[in-house]
Amino acid sequence: MSAIDPVTLAVLKGRLEQIADEMDATLYRSAFNPIIAEARDACHGLYHAETGDTLVQGTKGLPIFVGAMAFAVRAVIAKVARDGGLAPGDTFLFNDPYDGGTHLNDFRLVRPVFRAGRLFCWLASVGHWLDIGGNVPGGYNPKATESFQEGVRFPPVKLIAAGRLNQDLVDILAANTRVPTSNWGDLNGQLNALDLGERRFGALLEEYGDATVEAAFAAFSERADALMRAALRALPDGTYAFEDVLDNDGIVDAPLTIALDLTVAGDRMVLDFARSSPPAQGPINISYATAVAACYVALKHVFTDVPANAGCLRPITFVIPATTLLGAGAPKPMAGYTETILRLIGVMLGALAQADPARATAAPFGTINALSLAGHRPDGSRWVMFSFFGGGLGGNPETDGLSHANNPISTATIPPVEILEAAYPVLFTEWALRPDSAGPGTHRGGLGAVYEIEALTDADVFLLGERGKVAPFGVVGGGPAALNRFAWQTREGWASPPMVSKVTDVRIEAGQRVRLETPGGGGWGPPGGRAPEALARDLRLGYVSPGGAARDYGQETGQDTRQETGQEAGHQPGRETGEAR
Amino acid sequence: MSAAARTIVGVDVGGTFTDLFFYDEARGRFRTGKVPSNRGDEAVGFLAGLRGFGPVADLASIVHGTTVGTNALLERKGARIGLITTRGFRDVLEMRRRDRRHTWGLWGDFVPVVERDLRAEVDERTLADGTIRTPVDPAEVARAARRLAAEGAEALAICFLNAYANPENERAALAAAAAVWPNPNVACSSGILPEIREFERTSTTVLNAYLQPVVGSYLEKLDGALASEGFSGRFHIVQSNGGVMSTATARRLPVRTALSGPAAGVIAAAAIAKAAGFPNVITGDLGGTSFDVSLVVEGETALSPQTTIDFGLVIRTPMIEISTIGAGGGSIAHVDAGGLLQVGPESAGSRPGPVCYGQGNTRPTLTDANVVLGRINAERPIGGALARLDVAAARAAIARHVAEPLGLDPMAAAEAIVRVADAKMAGAIRLVSIERGHDPQKFAAVPFGGGGALHVGALIKDVGLRGALVPRYPGVTSALGCVIADIRHDQVQTVNLSLAGLDAAALDRRMVAEAAAARAVVEAAGLAVERIDTVFELDMHYVGQTHTVAVALPVAVRDGTTGLSGAAIQAAFEAAYQTSFSRLLPGVPARIVNLRTAAIGRRPHFDLAALAPGPEASLAAAGLGTRPVWFGGAWHEAAVYARLSLPVGAEIPGPAILEQPDATTVVDPGLTARVDRLGNVVVTRNGAAA
Repeated sequence: MSAIDPVTLAVLKGRLEQIADEMDATLYRSAFNPIIAEARDACHGLYHAETGDTLVQGTKGLPIFVGAMAFAVRAVIAKVARDGGLAPGDTFLFNDPYDGGTHLNDFRLVRPVFRAGRLFCWLASVGHWLDIGGNVPGGYNPKATESFQEGVRFPPVKLIAAGRLNQDLVDILAANTRVPTSNWGDLNGQLNALDLGERRFGALLEEYGDATVEAAFAAFSERADALMRAALRALPDGTYAFEDVLDNDGIVDAPLTIALDLTVAGDRMVLDFARSSPPAQGPINISYATAVAACYVALKHVFTDVPANAGCLRPITFVIPATTLLGAGAPKPMAGYTETILRLIGVMLGALAQADPARATAAPFGTINALSLAGHRPDGSRWVMFSFFGGGLGGNPETDGLSHANNPISTATIPPVEILEAAYPVLFTEWALRPDSAGPGTHRGGLGAVYEIEALTDADVFLLGERGKVAPFGVVGGGPAALNRFAWQTREGWASPPMVSKVTDVRIEAGQRVRLETPGGGGWGPPGGRAPEALARDLRLGYVSPGGAARDYGQETGQDTRQETGQEAGHQPGRETGEAR
Repeated sequence: MSAAARTIVGVDVGGTFTDLFFYDEARGRFRTGKVPSNRGDEAVGFLAGLRGFGPVADLASIVHGTTVGTNALLERKGARIGLITTRGFRDVLEMRRRDRRHTWGLWGDFVPVVERDLRAEVDERTLADGTIRTPVDPAEVARAARRLAAEGAEALAICFLNAYANPENERAALAAAAAVWPNPNVACSSGILPEIREFERTSTTVLNAYLQPVVGSYLEKLDGALASEGFSGRFHIVQSNGGVMSTATARRLPVRTALSGPAAGVIAAAAIAKAAGFPNVITGDLGGTSFDVSLVVEGETALSPQTTIDFGLVIRTPMIEISTIGAGGGSIAHVDAGGLLQVGPESAGSRPGPVCYGQGNTRPTLTDANVVLGRINAERPIGGALARLDVAAARAAIARHVAEPLGLDPMAAAEAIVRVADAKMAGAIRLVSIERGHDPQKFAAVPFGGGGALHVGALIKDVGLRGALVPRYPGVTSALGCVIADIRHDQVQTVNLSLAGLDAAALDRRMVAEAAAARAVVEAAGLAVERIDTVFELDMHYVGQTHTVAVALPVAVRDGTTGLSGAAIQAAFEAAYQTSFSRLLPGVPARIVNLRTAAIGRRPHFDLAALAPGPEASLAAAGLGTRPVWFGGAWHEAAVYARLSLPVGAEIPGPAILEQPDATTVVDPGLTARVDRLGNVVVTRNGAAA
């Protein structure tokens, strides 16, 4: 491989990222389901011919896929090694979470790029399809104990063989979903993105020559490796332990631990999760690939300068035993993988906060709250409204946490109320910031949110959430945020789920409501250190109630306070404010 | 019409200078002016500049490109305002679309322009189909408005859920609020942007209110100053869409001035290029901290429906699509921890500015590299504020911060800085051109502002552009744009119509009504126009998609109808969809989401030949000798010319430097500069036809 000058390298970096960015944009704009189109639950990139390592990734794609996609491409490489027959014009399709990470809804399309008869690299696209069968519309079946109850699993198979679309496979896909048109639209969007990437990348190779581009790939990887090592060298050597829990797995109401021993030694790091709970019965298991991808997301959020390619993982050793819920295999259910990786990312932030308190970030709200409402319109047509909801980010050395943000694994935006109400027979009755939901601190967390939705037809309710029992933690003396809460109306009044954050087998009638209250982020620094004017502003704007100020900040605020604290007397400091009506 | 009634002045007020372009339509004569801006009291520089052309009272019209709105947004210096929303939804503005600041990194918070205690809720509700579930109570609205006014709000926005589908509740609330509000600054969201998506509509409406007192008082001050000079002509403002509007419209819709200044520049660059025979260009404005790029195809500027001014500050109204990257003359060069040379996004700005300014910065910038390489004349700095530039200090800074870490000598390091910056600019140009499927061979770069012409060679070579066209007066391009911009008014209405079973007659009636309303605004502006064009566009998608494609409709209103049919819409949609994406989806029904209507009052033709060099220009008069300039790893003796003295037809082979008071053009070896009949400098590869 030829050496490459630093200027050409910088030029190529920008060109290649633009190609991946434009693939992302093409899918967002042409996708059918809002999880891709609005929530950007998708990703594109270029991957190494032999190893599948990430070479280039778009800057807008879903962060969790940045780490996971390499495993997906590896699964195709293994398939080709086993069965042979790789040809120009092929495109593989699969959604196997055990091989490629994440969960069944994420469909991966992987296409080889050939140059002069030789495999040069892979282009890949992943996007979250709305529904792929299983017991629950949308796939988030909180009661699944096997993958088969979550949907249909496709190992890597040829969707397109030497340019010819396999219509049989398309028909099988269509027959195994509640929303065939939506999936067909998304599949075409992903093919649009691959077509475009192939054209753009081909033009780039013509312009610069294969050898130069190959040399650039190697150099990017070296550079990411060097930057990650530089970041690790700046941390004091030692082992930093941190753990947090998941509420339950939806089947057994017992907490599950994610425990990390993070060891820094010079410019290397070991991430050892061996003390974590064993694989769970319910759908909150993740595969090794997903666990590595989640670690990567956490590291990228802390070391933001390190580029997004495989080189940055070289200095890191992972210990993720198959005997833990983080290294689970088939057929363990995985639909709720997001909850587990969010907790894992929080644990990474907690351990890194010990290693480098000056850059400590408190826990983000840490649950996606996958909520589905599903029913039939008066004309008999089926409707499924499925969305993820926001919460607060953690306080940090620079600022309070951001209120109503998306999760660290995502760059998703939430669909507007008006789009949802135009598409589904629902009526939102509240869409608001949730007072007292932020963890107190010198820099408090961002606020979580309240969403209250009235169904205009009878509707089945499904929720897969978390943080119902242990709140997002604070760091460097900051306090925890509020717990996640969910409730629904019945003829007898409001009801809440026995599994706290997971709901199935609930049906509401037309005119009844569900109400979701999400956590804020944890606080940074002792609450007593909060500037008086900042706390006064929190009170004036209602981010913090007088009762909350008294409880969390020791603020004397007069009569209102006594009244509020009186009401709160029976509650845990986990702070279940904002009583569901 | 008297001769005086045919004089028009374009005024572009920038951060440092106010640029003016005076044009006497009767005589076909022009003059340019440049005076220092007076931040905070722009009227002073504004009037000083105008007086330079004689009595202000003699002017027929003034068209103004302003950054007052932009600056108020970027610096968060708008008014204290109030917001009234549907009960349960006052936090929509603060909750945004549940986004984060950055893909990577979890720090940073967000403060909306209306704090929570100034956001009031009232009982009311409209459903998505336009049905009113809960009527609004005017007395409750009036109470909320009175409270917000009492708390010091200077403007009021009313934003109700689903008001795009039926504005009745909002209009009732508007009437109730206006009756008690102490000034005219009251608006409802359906009056500003009757389009689906509550956050975007609320943000746009709120930012409009936020700017209303600021822009209003600014225009009032200018009006007063102009009146005191006896000016009785027309005074207009450039909008972000590149068209001009009356000051009355600007006061009502100040949010449409957010990109007023840059838009004027793009308009002028497009017009200059078109007249010079370059209908396809990419304009590039290189300032101190950023490089603004815009695409012009077949003489038309691209409009984007939405712009994010800063995190969480979204304006949804058509604006000239301007992409900005953090590479400017003040961008700081450094070697990162991974050993890669980076230029920007950190910038030394104009104060302290580059190292060579001698104002305290010691970290090398792009301008420092250009000075060290001899591309910028250290003895005659642009703008005239400094006597000379400190080359030695610039070289020392480059040696220390770039050359040593990279193991290069200082000259090679300076050249590397320029190349990395060139690559970033080229990347920005690629993003708006190649990446959207345009062939760079068909495009020319049009640099304007002070710095762009320094880098045209790289843009030609790195992007593969056809050439570059440096306007005769790059520094007053925006002021010229004010003079030649058309009058324009854009409207949008969410319609949510299924194409299957479309009531084409009803849509037609709607289009005719929208067209009449938009035309009325253009006619009321009172500037002379040759004709008024109406342009219709539909935002459409396949049912199930949330994003839309813009579908241009090739129809006009004749005899009270557009004559549009459902089949014609389907055909136009499929053509537009196929252009954007490779695959159509036969059998999936299509839907019309929004109707967009624009009325454009075409201004009388402006003959750019007025700008051409006079007969006194000659190659001999223009020659300023030679100086050493570093290109491609070695010093070259480059010919230096006074650009404005070059005659039409002059051909200057590179390496050469063309100097003028407000810009420097660098002609790299292997390129040739030619002065066209309008006085523009056209730079192309040797042997290539422009």
